[in-house]
Amino acid sequence: MKIAVASGKGGTGKTLLATNLAVFLSREQKILLVDLDVEEPNDFLFIDGKTENVSVQYKMIPAWDESKCTLCGICSETCQYHAVVQLGTVVVVFNELCHSCYACSELCPAQALPMQKHKMGEIKTIISGHLTLVESRLDVGVEQAVPLIRQTHALVDENYSDIQIQIIDCPPGTSCPVVAATKNANYVLLVTEPTPFGLNDLKLAVETIRKINKPSGVVINRFDIGNDAVERYCEREQIPILAKIPFDRKIAEGYSNGELVFDKIRQMTTSFGHIINAVQDAC
Amino acid sequence: MPVRNMSEIVVLSGKGGTGKTSITSSLAVLAGNKAVIGDCDVDAANMYLLLEPDFGKTFEFYSGGLAVIDHDLCSRCGKCADVCRFNAISYINDQYRVNSLDCEGCAYCEKICPTHAIIMQERKSGCVYISETRIGSTMVHARLDIAAENSGKLVARVKNEARAIAARENKPYIIVDGSPGIGCPVISSLAGANYVILITEPSMSGLHDLRRIVTLIKKFRISAGCIVNKYDLNEEKTSEIKQFLQGEQMMHLADLPYDIHFTQMMIEGKTIVEFPSPLKYTLENIWEKVKKQLDIKDQ
Repeated sequence: MKIAVASGKGGTGKTLLATNLAVFLSREQKILLVDLDVEEPNDFLFIDGKTENVSVQYKMIPAWDESKCTLCGICSETCQYHAVVQLGTVVVVFNELCHSCYACSELCPAQALPMQKHKMGEIKTIISGHLTLVESRLDVGVEQAVPLIRQTHALVDENYSDIQIQIIDCPPGTSCPVVAATKNANYVLLVTEPTPFGLNDLKLAVETIRKINKPSGVVINRFDIGNDAVERYCEREQIPILAKIPFDRKIAEGYSNGELVFDKIRQMTTSFGHIINAVQDAC
Repeated sequence: MPVRNMSEIVVLSGKGGTGKTSITSSLAVLAGNKAVIGDCDVDAANMYLLLEPDFGKTFEFYSGGLAVIDHDLCSRCGKCADVCRFNAISYINDQYRVNSLDCEGCAYCEKICPTHAIIMQERKSGCVYISETRIGSTMVHARLDIAAENSGKLVARVKNEARAIAARENKPYIIVDGSPGIGCPVISSLAGANYVILITEPSMSGLHDLRRIVTLIKKFRISAGCIVNKYDLNEEKTSEIKQFLQGEQMMHLADLPYDIHFTQMMIEGKTIVEFPSPLKYTLENIWEKVKKQLDIKDQ
């Protein structure tokens, strides 16, 4: 069972929910927590464990071999991303624009654009009791998050398919990284807050989840700070509200110090029960 | 008299939910008609909730292609699926089909299809709007279609429109609200920026994410200042952040307390500087500091 924790808006409590839920559940069984917020992965701050493995991840990008190139111009014409451009008698490759589609490399009649490895990030495995955390981290300056997210899914499938429950901490937003992160999920938990920004971004997130056709439910964090517009929206759209977490200085302070808070706040563990039941019913 | 250079100020945070949009909107109110506003958080744009743009002009944004297979011409050879690195083509019910969410528009399949059964269709991926707002300034904003790609290109488009308006109307400032993270929309919003305002919060996550965005900004050699929002939720972490900023020789612009008024104002669709309060005073101070930084750079 793969549960993705997502939200349109950033800072609504995805990491708070994913880490606390994962550690809570890992008291009884093996849990895999996958941090796919690759631009800003934070789960490791809350998990006290031992690093078992670090695997460097590469993106494949063509490199121009001047000695073989006949300057036929096919590569430049082929690349839809303007990542390979022939300027006079020189072919320039713009690494950040490349999508690693291999078209220029494999269609080059002179084999003058062999694909080469470029580091884009790292995937780290941290073990803490029954909990395995797989953290995916994009190098600073690398633009595309999606290739690393895809490679993380592949690595997880290969190495950790024996762990029954997987919790995926997703990036914020509604564009391609979120779609890539939630791709294999059986259920999507949408974390929001009861404010106009929270509601606006929840609506976008709901549209995204409907587009990829996954069952989902809402968790309202800091439910007592705003208004009831989020709840009314969920009722209207018949989206289940699985849990409401109060604003509590103890939570905010604990979180800010990298501490888990579920054992201090009874409402949280009760909420986890509701969440797991809802996910099991839906899957 | 020579026209003063136009300055582009981009507000970023690394971590989401630190208060970027509330603070950017407040600065927009303080700048008044001297600024053009750009909302570059294109996949979760919220500024419109505070500034009430009129969506006066709409432009559709096309970017990238989508492979479309003509099943009458297709010989079922499967070469397209073999070359697709995005696993976007699969064989279902006797037909090769393209999953539009996975297709990245590389056109490799189109190029190698022996029966020319594949064409690349232009894909609409969002809209760009040019609006007049309730605060009297022009705002360029956008909406990326759900699950779409190319947010970086849409950000570039928003910034280009904002620059064109600022140049035409002689506005000295462009104030841009950015996305969370450090990936393509953020890098795109940094291109051409003169000053970055970073908003962080005093938590381990806030500091961790701040370090990453600072590394990124240094790569681009853009000068920046930082605001610690909700500083009183963890004063120890706040002083850690200040030490970090000092080490990086980055200006600490201000501390803002956790204040429920931020949320209450948001619910009313207003910014925090539209009512008298100590927060208003602090934000006015920040805006003066930022302007001064830009003047120093200009000289």
